Formats: sequence, C-alpha cells, structure tokens
Amino acid sequence: MRFMVIIKADASFEAGEMPSERFLTEMGKYNEELVRAGVLLAGEGLHPSSKGARVRFSGSKRTVVDGPFTETKELVAGFWLIQVTSKEEAIEWAKRIPNPDGVDAEIEIRQVFEPEDFGAEFTPELREQERRLRAEVASR
Amino acid sequence: MTAPDTHRTIDAVWRIESAKLIAGLTRIVRDVGLAEDLAQDALLAALEQWPKSGVPDNPGAWLMAIGKRRAIDVMRRGPMMDRKHAEIGHELESRQESPEPELAEALDDHVGDDLLRLVFIACHPVLTTEARVALTLRLLGGLTTDEIARAFLVPESTIAQRIVRAKRTLSDKKVPFEVPRGDELAARVSSVLEVLYLIFNEGYSATSGEDWVRPNLCQDALRLGRIVAELAPNEPEVHGLVALMEVQASRLRARVGPSGEPIVLLDQNRAKWDRLLIQRGLAALQRAESLGGARGPFALQAAIAACHARARTADETDWVRIASLYQALAQVTPSPIVELNRAVAISMAYGPTEGLKLVDTLTSEPSLAHYHLLPSVRGDFLRKLGRFEEARVELERAASLTRNARERELLLERARACAEQYRSAV
Repeated sequence: MRFMVIIKADASFEAGEMPSERFLTEMGKYNEELVRAGVLLAGEGLHPSSKGARVRFSGSKRTVVDGPFTETKELVAGFWLIQVTSKEEAIEWAKRIPNPDGVDAEIEIRQVFEPEDFGAEFTPELREQERRLRAEVASR
Repeated sequence: MTAPDTHRTIDAVWRIESAKLIAGLTRIVRDVGLAEDLAQDALLAALEQWPKSGVPDNPGAWLMAIGKRRAIDVMRRGPMMDRKHAEIGHELESRQESPEPELAEALDDHVGDDLLRLVFIACHPVLTTEARVALTLRLLGGLTTDEIARAFLVPESTIAQRIVRAKRTLSDKKVPFEVPRGDELAARVSSVLEVLYLIFNEGYSATSGEDWVRPNLCQDALRLGRIVAELAPNEPEVHGLVALMEVQASRLRARVGPSGEPIVLLDQNRAKWDRLLIQRGLAALQRAESLGGARGPFALQAAIAACHARARTADETDWVRIASLYQALAQVTPSPIVELNRAVAISMAYGPTEGLKLVDTLTSEPSLAHYHLLPSVRGDFLRKLGRFEEARVELERAASLTRNARERELLLERARACAEQYRSAV
C-alpha cells in the first residue's frame, strides 16, 4: 500500500525563509535512508503559498484567489510518497523525519486510494469513465 | 497504545530494521545462523517489553543493544567457547563500554557493507535455489516463515526446514561474510539478481495455484531490488533488473480481470498502467545504460518492457525494435525461450508467416517439450493464418500443459473460439 506523508508549513516557511544548512543535511540523509530502504516512490518540496493560487467554486462561478493564504498550519509544504505494508510502517518512517531545529511541527500520514479500494461502489461505467480520462491524460 | 497496536508497530519496526540488525550481528559473530537467532531473541524481548514500556525512541539501536548483549552471553557460556569466540566476546565487551554515539557512528559506517555481505551470503551458490529464495526473503525482506510459506503455497514447516538447512550449510561450509572480489563478483551478482527476479516472477505470474498474481511478492522483490541497487550502485545489471521489475509491476493492476482472469499485454487497459512506476523504470534503465550496461540481459529485457510502456496504444508498439532487442538478447543469453519471444515480436513486425517459420524450428527443442507457451504461441500464429483446426489442437495442448488454473481457462476459451471459427468456415 502507498501512503502520502505530508509535511505542513510554518510561519518561517511561509515567509520564504530558506531552511538551515543543518536541516537540509539531515533531510538529505533521511531521504537517502528512504531510498536505501527501497520504500521511496516520489517526494517533492513546495514553494510558499505566496507563489500559489486557489480557484474557488461556487455553482458555475469560478473565482481565482492568489496566495499567500493565512491558515499556515493547514498548508502543505512538501510530501513523500512511500510504498509500505502497513500504516504502522508509514508511521515508523514518519517518526524518523529529522527535526534538527527543534520546531513544533506536524506530519500527516494519508493512505493513497488504489482501484480495488473502491470495491463494488466503483461500477464498471465509472471505471470505464476513469479509464478514458486517464487515457486522455496519458496521451498528452 | 494498546498491546495489539504495539505488536503492529513492532512488526513495522522489524520490517525496517531486521536486515540491518542481522547484518550487524553477523559481522560480530561471523555466523549468519547464530546472528539470526540473536536477532530473533531481540525481537522476543521487544514483544515482551515494549507493550509495557512503550516503543523506544530509537528502536533499531535498542534491538541491536539486546542482540549484542545476547551475543556476549552466548560466547561466554557456549560449549564452543574457543579462542576466536572468546576474542569476539572480549572485543564486544570493551566496545559495549565505549560511549553510545561513537558506537552508533561506527555501526552506521558499516551498515551498507554489512547489508551487502548479507545479500551475497543469502544468495550464495552453495545453497539450492529454493534455499536462496527463502533465506533472502527471511534475512533481507524481514518476512516471517509463515509469510514466505503462504507466498509460495507450501507448508510452513517446509520453509522452516529449508531455512534451518540453509543456515547449517553456510556454517558447515564456512562461507565467509564478505563481498566477493575480482572474477568472482560478476557471477555472484548474477546469482543475487536471479534470486530476486525469481521471487518477482512467482508473484507476477504464479506458476501454480488459483491466483494469477500475488502482488505482495512482487512488492517485496521490487523493494529488495531497489535496496541492492543502492548497495551496489555501480553494477549496471542491478539497475537493469530494477528497471525490468518497475515496468512489469506498473502493469500489475491491468493484467487481472474482474474475476481474477489473466489479461495479456496487448489486451490490457493501458490507462491502468502505473505511470509513476513506468517513470521509475525508465530512469533505472537509463542508469543501467549510462553505466555501459545496455547489452546486459536484464537491461535488454527492461528495454523491451520499456518499448511496450512507451506505446500509448497496442497498435503503436515498435515491434521492429522489440524484435531487434530480442535478437541482441539471444546473442548474450541464447535460449529457446528467448527465441520463442523473438518469434512473437517477428510475427508482429513482419507477419505470422515469418513468426511461424521461427517457431517451427523450436518444436523439436527438448527443453520446450512441456512448456505451455510454445503451443500457445504456435496456436496463435496458426489462428492468424486462418488455420483454425491446427490452432485449436495447439491451444488445447497448451491448456493441458499449464499448471495455472486461470491460464488454463483462458487457453481453453481461445481453443473453443478457434473451433467455432473452423465450423463456420467449412
């Protein structure tokens, strides 16, 4: 099973401050550990929300709101996508994320949906629809 | 945290730490069997203590400390208390007194080397292939005997025996805990890669039983492959194998139908292919090629798999390139099975008549006499040429030769279709 391990933003991250050299070194080591254990599938760090935007939906209306956004604690700063065999294993890996600057932070762990998770609710028609969508995306 | 929760956490820790633990202990006691017993002791201690005390902050170091303490005990009281063991015991004790961080650092330095040595010992040529597979999953994959037994559909006692015997063989033959050098290295790397691919294949197209695929086994093989690729980053074929497994695993979801039946490559819904794994596979292939390994057997097979992965529809497949890659593969590893695959590619690139010509040179091949894919492929060519009655006979023969129930159904269905076409043609 796959999990997305999500690292949340804090005020200094949102202010665009670059992480300390120590942080980068430790994080590099941690990523290497994930690769060496054969569990890391993908991972990315994000720019602060000031470089992003939101598209708000209200019925047929679409409104674009530029960043930054204020609710800092709920903002995503980066993620890892890992392949493991249990939620507990994902938690074990998350506990090992370095925190060299000793900040208060929160890591969120979310399981990635696999097609079989939809079970009977995912009807053949829906599957077909998804298939076509994916084929279109793939053909681009 | 409740006790069952802690047990699940311990399982997770074990999966992450066990190989490093066993490797580290083997370096100390110089006996992989003993090291594994010590690691199991440490696991038991964790199962006993963690539900009460909570999971320690550094569970790996905790397990290692217990394992070492047990190692000292064994060395001291064991009847095999000879000079070598006494020395190791003494050395361990003095190291035990050294400050913790220093010890941890010393261990860190060795982790990669020790793991690689463990990989080579688990896949050592003195062991039978079956033993290598079981030992690899057990020592490196962190699987329990029960999990291995279920994956291979054999009784747990069979696997347990296989492992005990393998450990005894390694000990009796005094197999050294080392990374092979010079001329020996290439052959030993091949042995490791073969074992990993065997595990992968058992999961990818189960040779027996009801299920067509057992994805967990594929995941384990892939994880071990990625680990070995980082341990031996300069070996091009390791990356070739990882590339092959990544690309093949990208199709896992597409090769099984709703009721568990197999779906062949060209009929698969390509939207279900896992793009992320394909990307990873292509990157690994590039790594193999940049190390000068484009002509390695695994890299060539990965290149073939990559041709399929790159084609957006089955019709877009570059069969001419695939046929030439198979030809290259036949040069490095001549085998009737490679020829059979080449025949399929040739038939797709240049027509079934050309394919049949090549396949007909293989029908007298003794090693293929009981191989179900030979009549299956030949039947397919004959069907395409409109020779339905001959095709039916071949497909039925193929059905009688396969050991997989799902595949048998599929072949019989194709045979019935040929019979119908024959009837409507005459």
